[in-house]
Amino acid sequence: MAVKKVGKQTVKFKNPPTVLSVASIVGPKEREGPLGNYFDKTVSDDIFNEKSWEKAESKFIKEAICLATKKALMNIQDIDYMLGGDLLNQLMSTNFAARDMQIPFYGLFSACSTLTESLGLGSKIIDGGYADYVVVSTASHFATAERQFRNPLELGNQRKLTAQWTVTGSGAAILSRKGHGPYITYVTTGKVIDLGINDVNNMGAAMAPAAVNTIVNHFKDTKSMPSDYDLIVTGDLGKIGREIAIELLEKENYKVEEDKFIDCGVEIFNHDCQDTHAGGSGAGCCAVVFCGYLFKQLVNKECNHILLVATGALLSTTSCQQGESIPSIAHAVSIKMVL
Amino acid sequence: MENDDYKGLVEDKKPKPNYIKNCLWAFLIGGLICTFGQVIHDYIEGKFALTHLEATNATTLVMIFIGALLTGIGVYDLIGKRAGAGSIIPITGFANSIVAPAMEFKREGYVLGVGSKMFTVAGPVLVYGITSSVIVGLIYYFV
Repeated sequence: MAVKKVGKQTVKFKNPPTVLSVASIVGPKEREGPLGNYFDKTVSDDIFNEKSWEKAESKFIKEAICLATKKALMNIQDIDYMLGGDLLNQLMSTNFAARDMQIPFYGLFSACSTLTESLGLGSKIIDGGYADYVVVSTASHFATAERQFRNPLELGNQRKLTAQWTVTGSGAAILSRKGHGPYITYVTTGKVIDLGINDVNNMGAAMAPAAVNTIVNHFKDTKSMPSDYDLIVTGDLGKIGREIAIELLEKENYKVEEDKFIDCGVEIFNHDCQDTHAGGSGAGCCAVVFCGYLFKQLVNKECNHILLVATGALLSTTSCQQGESIPSIAHAVSIKMVL
Repeated sequence: MENDDYKGLVEDKKPKPNYIKNCLWAFLIGGLICTFGQVIHDYIEGKFALTHLEATNATTLVMIFIGALLTGIGVYDLIGKRAGAGSIIPITGFANSIVAPAMEFKREGYVLGVGSKMFTVAGPVLVYGITSSVIVGLIYYFV
């Protein structure tokens, strides 16, 4: 019998793993945003002295992992597993980073929700007794995402008001069996939800129902309420997706306070002057906001209990050209500073 | 929630673009590009003693060069952000749509990168533009 499973989609850890250390590294635009001072490292040029955007993204991942390891006073060899992914085909940048890191590696993809997918699986590996230390990392890069999913950078077209801006950056977190918090207490695995949105320029709207589905199931499984959390943080719904999610939650009879329901994509940029339209997005968005900002909020006891719900739009260039709608997913992890 | 109900909700939440402002920008920048083209045309026609048609062809070359240059130095996308169709429709926009992917995919090599990706944006315009011009030409010939 699955003794740690609660409800339909959730796992409750017997020995909640600790987030031992985190590191975040971002590009110049993210540095100029409202959370700029929270990030560990900023690069002045998105290309990061590499010969391609993809290699730059890979370097972001490596630097974040090395920095997180250093902050935990550990060596790369001490880490049992590396889990993570990015948005590129065949996880190019993460696979190349893993080639250089030489840590036993599981490459994961659930688009922008890969951070919480990795945190969830990493925690299960640790609580299951299969490892002492696991590093999770995700990344995204504006230039690599644009060339794979959208248009060449220099093309003189207009972006839609509902479009989002892919975050350039990477976040890494080391999970450990022992430590003094913040602890990962519950993980709720999401289902793929699709309400028929096929506008690739409005991914917040495509992902909002997936976020709501996972959040509602988390509340039901853990018998909790929105008021049990200091913050409920979604990944990259953006302004429009966040508004829709609040409305959908209300329809499900869960009233959330506006200032306690935040979105990493909304927080990371100053949308009025940074021209980011509906908000930030990408697998790196939730990663850098969690590893940069939220982790410090927890450690400094600004808040004690957060529900982190990264959201992913599982589209491909093939699927959208064939006119398919956008399937979406959201995974939730509940993180507590004091148990 | 049903898919149709949800689509309705999403439509309500979508911000509406400011069409009047966008049209004015497109008109202004598009108009400026065309006026500039006319100035070049008149200059070439007067200076080099070319026929009207020859001067038109030479103007096209100059405008394509300017569009490509502005793309190369990273200015055309900034113009396009404001002007929209105003800078896409003129021939400078066509140059931009070819140079931008050529620059973007240079790292994949000159054959499979630049060569094959150069027409990813402009390709459909060429296919349907040329096809429809042939059809219109045939209609004109027979009618």
